[in-house]
Amino acid sequence: MFQRLLESQGAMVRVTIDGQPYEARDGDTVAAALLAAGFDHCRTTPVSGAARSPYCMMGVCFDCLVTIDGTGNRQGCLIRVRDGMRITMQRGKRELGQ
Amino acid sequence: MNDASRSRDFDIAVIGGGLVGSSIAWGLARVGQRVAVLDEGDVAQRASRGNFALIWVQSKGLGMPAYSHWTLRAANSWPGFANELKEQTGLDLCYERPGGFHVTLTDREWLHRDALMKRLTSQPGMPAIEFEMMDHDRVKAMLPQIGPTVTGASFCAADGHCNSLRLFRALNQAMQMLGATYLSNHIVDRIESAGGGFRLFTKGGEVRAGKVVLAAGIANARLAPMVGLNIPVRPQRGQIIVTEKTQPFLRYPIATIRQTDEGGVMLGDSQEEAVDAVVGTPVTAVLADRAARTFPQLGGLNVVRSWAALRVMTQDGFPIYSQSAAAPGAFAATCHSGVTLASSHALVLAPLLAQGQLPADVLHSFSTRRFDVPEAA
Amino acid sequence: MSAGDLRDHYDVVVVGAGPAGLAAATACARAGVSSVLFDEQASPGGQIYRSITDTPVKNESLLGPDYWEGGRLVAAFVKSGARYVPGATVWSLTPEREIGVSIGGGSRLLSAGRVILATGALERPFPIPGWTLPGVMTAGAGQVLLKSAGLVPRGPTILAGSGPLLWLLAAQYLRAGAKVDALLDSTPAGNRAAALPHLPSFLFSPYFAKGLSLLRSVKRGVRVIDHVTELRAVGDAKMQAVSYRRDDGAEVTLLAASLLLHQGVVPNVNLAMSVGIEHRWDEHQLCWNPVLDAFGRTSVEGIAIAGDGAGIAGAQVAEQRGVLAAIQAIRALAADTTTPDEAAAHSVLRKYTRGRFFLDLLYRPAKQFRQPQGSTIVCRCEEITAQQINDTVALGCPGPNQMKSFLRCGMGPCQGRLCGLTVTELIAEARGVSPQDVGYYRLRPPVKPITVAELAALPKTEAAVKAVVRI
Repeated sequence: MFQRLLESQGAMVRVTIDGQPYEARDGDTVAAALLAAGFDHCRTTPVSGAARSPYCMMGVCFDCLVTIDGTGNRQGCLIRVRDGMRITMQRGKRELGQ
Repeated sequence: MNDASRSRDFDIAVIGGGLVGSSIAWGLARVGQRVAVLDEGDVAQRASRGNFALIWVQSKGLGMPAYSHWTLRAANSWPGFANELKEQTGLDLCYERPGGFHVTLTDREWLHRDALMKRLTSQPGMPAIEFEMMDHDRVKAMLPQIGPTVTGASFCAADGHCNSLRLFRALNQAMQMLGATYLSNHIVDRIESAGGGFRLFTKGGEVRAGKVVLAAGIANARLAPMVGLNIPVRPQRGQIIVTEKTQPFLRYPIATIRQTDEGGVMLGDSQEEAVDAVVGTPVTAVLADRAARTFPQLGGLNVVRSWAALRVMTQDGFPIYSQSAAAPGAFAATCHSGVTLASSHALVLAPLLAQGQLPADVLHSFSTRRFDVPEAA
Repeated sequence: MSAGDLRDHYDVVVVGAGPAGLAAATACARAGVSSVLFDEQASPGGQIYRSITDTPVKNESLLGPDYWEGGRLVAAFVKSGARYVPGATVWSLTPEREIGVSIGGGSRLLSAGRVILATGALERPFPIPGWTLPGVMTAGAGQVLLKSAGLVPRGPTILAGSGPLLWLLAAQYLRAGAKVDALLDSTPAGNRAAALPHLPSFLFSPYFAKGLSLLRSVKRGVRVIDHVTELRAVGDAKMQAVSYRRDDGAEVTLLAASLLLHQGVVPNVNLAMSVGIEHRWDEHQLCWNPVLDAFGRTSVEGIAIAGDGAGIAGAQVAEQRGVLAAIQAIRALAADTTTPDEAAAHSVLRKYTRGRFFLDLLYRPAKQFRQPQGSTIVCRCEEITAQQINDTVALGCPGPNQMKSFLRCGMGPCQGRLCGLTVTELIAEARGVSPQDVGYYRLRPPVKPITVAELAALPKTEAAVKAVVRI
C-alpha cells in the first residue's frame, strides 16, 4: 500500500485496470500506478499461481509483469502510463498473441 | 557414498555423465552391475543440455535401415522406460507420442522432404514406418494456427517428445538409487589396461574397473585410442531459443518447434561446424524467422533464453557402438539422438555391455568397421 | 528515436545512463568521438539518480544533497551534445563488439569501435521465508517509488537488512512524513570487530560525517532493532506480518503491510558475462567482480566496464571510472584528441575509494541471509527452494549450470539476477569449496527478453540459413 506525497500530485491520465476505470499520475510507471491505486498484487505466477507484486522497480526481477493493451508479460516498471491504456493482471502463463 | 566408491573399484566405469552415459549407467545398475560414472564438472560440453527432447522416428535411417529399426525399437520401448523411471524417482518425464511434424516453408522444401521420405522408406530392409506427406490444408486441419506460407509437412504417428531435462535428472537420480556411483569433476586423463581390467586416471583420482564404456560424446575421440579404439566424432553446434511460459497451444512436436510441459516454446535448431557453444545472430534470427512463419502468433512472444550445445556428429550421422579387440572389456557408445535412444541404451545396450560382448548384428551395423577405420592393434 | 534512426557504427557505445555512463558519454562527446548512450529507462540517472530530471518530489531536502548531485552530471551530459537513446535495451554484445539493441519493440544490430558497459548494480538477493509475498520489496524499489512517483508506504512499514541505503531510505521517509515502524538491522554483531582496523581510513572518507549524521537522525525517528539474526515475512496471499529474532532471543512478530529489504548491492553482471568477460569472486564483497585494469578495460579487447558494475564503490567513484573508461576509449580511437584530466580523475577516485573497505566489512551480510534453508524460495522465477538445491548437490551436482538443467533455477526471465549468487553460495557451502571454484550460470543473449518477431527481422546470412534449413 502506497500513498502519494501531497507535493507530488500532478496531472492524471485515465486507464483501466482489469476493466475498471482508474486515474493514474502522468509520468508514473504502470507498476507504480498499480501500487498507488492500492493493488497488492499484479500477477499470479505461471508455475504455482502464487500472487506477486513489483519487487525491484528497476527491471530485473520480472515480478511486475502485467498485460498492457492486450500484450502479456510486459514489465510494468519500465512502461509509463498513457491515457486510455488497458492494464490487466498477468494471470499465469502468457496468452499466444494476436 | 557407498563402499564401492570408497574402494574406487567397480565392475564397470562409464566415462561421461550425459544422456548416453546416464542411460547406460542406469541400465547397468538395473542389472546388478557396480557402476561408476565419471563426469566432467559444471561447465561441460554437455550435448544433453542442447537437445530438442524429441523421440523421433520419421527421418531416421537414410543409408542405414538398421538404424531405423534401432530407432523404432527405442521409440516403442519409451513408454515402459518412462514409467519405470517415474516409479523409481517420482519424476514425470511427460512422455507423449501424439505424432510429429516436419514442416516445410517453401515448395522446394516440400519437394525435398517428399523425395527424402520416399527414398528413406523404399530402402530394402526398412521397418514399416507410416508417414503422410501433407499439404497446407491438411496440416492446418491438425494445426489450426499454422501460418499461411507453410507449404506442408511430413507427419509420422510414431514420433513423440518428452521433458529431456527431467529425463536427465531422473536418470541421474535413479542410477544412484540403484547403487551407481556418480563422480563429477572426474575428467579422465588416461586409461591403462591392468590385469584384466582398467585403471582410469582422472582429475579426481584413480578409479579401477573391470570394464569401461566410453560415452563421453566429443571427448570419445580423445579417449578412444587409449583403449585401442578409433571413434571419429566431431562437434556440431546446435542453437536453440526458448520463449516465456505460454498457455498450451501446441500438443504436437514439430521437428523445429515444440512447446514444453512447462509452457515455454522451444525454437530450433541449427547444425553448425563450430567448436564453441556460443549463441548469436544470424542463426538465432533464422530460427526466429522460421518459427514466426510456421506459427505467426509466436511473433509476439518473448525469447527469454537460449541454449547452444556441442552435439556429437559421427561421420555418417549414425551411432557408433564398438568394442575393443586390443583391450577386451572396453566399449564405446556415441550417438546424436541421445533422447530417442535412451530407452534402448538402458534396456538393450546396457545388459549387453554387462555381459561383456556386443552381438554380431550390433557390431555389424554400428561399429566403426563400417568406416573401414582400422582399430589400433 | 527508433531503432531505424541509428547508425550502423559508432566509435563508442556506452550502455547505461547512471553516473558512470553519463560521465563516459559526456567525455566522449566533448572529445568529438562519435558515440551513443543507450539506457533502458525513459530518463537518465540510472538508479542512484533515478528520475533526476523529472522527479515529482519538489522538496529538495527530502531526497538529500547527494541525490541532486546527479543534476550536475545530467546537465553536463546534455550540454555536451552527446547522443542519447532512452528506452533502449541492449540485449546482446559480442566480443567483436556487435551490439543488439531493442527500441520501441524493434531491434537492430550495430557495431562499435569501443564499448563501455555501465549497467551498474542491483540489490543483492535477500532470500528470507516469504520474500516473494506481495508487500515485500527492496529498499531500492522503495527509493524508486519515492523518486519517480512521490509514493511512500502506507500502513505498518518495516525496513530490514544492512547497509547505508537502508538508512538513507529511512531518513528520506522520515523527512517525507512517512512512518517507519521499525528498522531491523541484520548487520552481524561480529562485523564491527572485523571492520574496526579499517576505521581510520573511513574517518577520512567524505561519507563519514554524512553517514554518522544520517544514522543519528534515523535513530531519533525510528525504532531500530539491531543484531537481527532471523527474519521472515508472514502471510498467505500477501504479507501480513514480519517475524524476527535477535541473537538467541524469542521470536517477535510485527504487523506489516510493507517490508523493504536491503543487504547491499552487487554488480549486474549479465551483459558482461554473456560476452565472456572474466569475473572473479570477491570474498569480502561476496559477489562477482569483473577483472579490470585501472581504466576499466576487461579481458575482452575493446570492452570496458565503469561504475558499480566494475565493483561496488558508490556514485562518485562510478563517475570517475566513467571518465577513465572514456579516456582509454578516446585514446584508442584518436590519439591526439584532448581527453579529460586523467590525474584529476584518479585523485577524486582515491578520495572516494578511501574507507570503502571499512563499509564492505561492516556491512558484509550474514551467512543465513545469503544461504537460506528449507522451503525458502531461491529462484523466484521458477519457484525453486533451497532444500531442492541442497538435495541436488547431495546427488553430486557440481555447479549452477548442471543445477539449472536439473531444477530449472536460473531459467526464468531474470536470468539469475535474483538467484545466481544464492545458488552459487549454496553449492559452494554444500560442497565445501569456494564460490570461485563453483562458478556461475553461463549467460547468453538475449540478456533481456526480446520478441520472436524482433529477432526474426534481423539480417540473416546464407550460411546461417543453411545451418538451419539443411537441404
